[in-house]
Amino acid sequence: MKLDLKQVEETAKELYIRALKLLPPDLKQGFDALAARETDAGAQRMLGTMIANIKVAEQTDNLLCQDTGIPIYNVVIGRGVEVDGPALKQAIRRGCERATREHPFRSSVVHPVTRSNEHTSCGRGIPVIALDFSEREETLEIEMIPKGSGSENNSFLRMAIPAEGSDAIKRFVIDCVLEAGGKTCPPTIVGVGVGGTADLCVHLAKVAATRPLGSSCDDPEGAKLETDLTCAVNLLGVGPQGLGGDSTAFAVHVETAATHITMNPVAVNMQCHSARRARATFRPGGVEYGY
Amino acid sequence: MAHYEFTMPVTEAEVRALRVNDTVTLQGTLYGIRDATQISLFDRGRTTRFDLRGHAVIHTAPNVKRVERSAAFPAGYAPLCVGTTTSDRMERFTEPLMQRCGVRLIIGKGGLREGSLAAFGGLGGAYLAIIGGTAALETTWIEAIEDVDLDDLNPESLWKFRVKGFGPLLVGMDSHGASLYADVRRHALERRAAALGSLGVKS
Repeated sequence: MKLDLKQVEETAKELYIRALKLLPPDLKQGFDALAARETDAGAQRMLGTMIANIKVAEQTDNLLCQDTGIPIYNVVIGRGVEVDGPALKQAIRRGCERATREHPFRSSVVHPVTRSNEHTSCGRGIPVIALDFSEREETLEIEMIPKGSGSENNSFLRMAIPAEGSDAIKRFVIDCVLEAGGKTCPPTIVGVGVGGTADLCVHLAKVAATRPLGSSCDDPEGAKLETDLTCAVNLLGVGPQGLGGDSTAFAVHVETAATHITMNPVAVNMQCHSARRARATFRPGGVEYGY
Repeated sequence: MAHYEFTMPVTEAEVRALRVNDTVTLQGTLYGIRDATQISLFDRGRTTRFDLRGHAVIHTAPNVKRVERSAAFPAGYAPLCVGTTTSDRMERFTEPLMQRCGVRLIIGKGGLREGSLAAFGGLGGAYLAIIGGTAALETTWIEAIEDVDLDDLNPESLWKFRVKGFGPLLVGMDSHGASLYADVRRHALERRAAALGSLGVKS
């Protein structure tokens, strides 16, 4: 399959807009599940408003949240896909710029020192374009995530040591959720990276935070941590918006990687309740949109 | 838990009547303000031509579209999606906003800290919680962007919105020293040991 880069550009544009407007079905189900077991009346009302907002965004063709985030494009290239790599990245960047200018919506991206905003949602190293490969024949997938800053500002890394054991991981996650309070727009998806190098650990936390609800870690040790930590953080009573209640997190997601004999790193990255995500799959027959 | 309808601006007495868990709906004028706006006003000595005395400000940087100026769009901007950002980053600006500009109400998400609570008590103010991430709904409460100042900071300009039925908003911090955020945090810290215990970890 030879990739049409004009189509990639159009799709990169469309994906950003779709992600900002349509919440994935797994999140809608996640809201219903939280609402069904929430025991605090105030928290119940807040969840109701969040659910109503999803409908209002659909009915008015509007953005779910004002924060257009930092744009992230995760590209997975299958076998038998013919593409010029640098041109692919340029096409995605152009699509990201065009979405911002043509829709239009707010560019939330500034230079880190001068704070100047080019009003394109692009800048040095942004959008984030992450490339990976899969076994799937003649298939290329692009996942688009507008990562909001309220949750991203609550990102944490701790280089624990082996003598602290896995208790250090668990204690760190609980303390990060406490520290974040209402600043992350809870209920959140708490992403936890365990192992790797410092940078890989933080990346794993981001992968975990942006994974669909209902998915689980393919490392059984990570999956067990997910189950235990999801129950534990929801005992804290932080609740929606940090105003109290049972619904602190939809889930805790964990991703793991092997690490060094002297290391025990743990990272936390959170995703807000507006856990936006859109996906496009390119096959020889055309492009299909999903979540 | 009373409900108040405020047509802006309001008096100190009206704001001091508010207690946490009350609700408020605003009518009329609402100003939008953000990190860069307040850095400019309070760290870089810039000034605004707007009179904020007795008014409410919301922590926001809206999605807008440039349009032809008209009666419907007096500032040449259409509001596309107006939401609320995390307040905590702007904690140190609460006191000067109230002291120098006369602001009475701050609308945001996630709450503010002890310094703001002291300012609300000392100067007569309150924090109104909106539900973050529900901007599509919030936008339906905005009638127009009436004016804009410091627009070189766009989207972090100082926005003047005309609102209708903006709320209900929850009083999260009041002028009597009460903060729902501090209460929840205190309770959550008390539950830390139980949460760790459920994981077989000592606190």
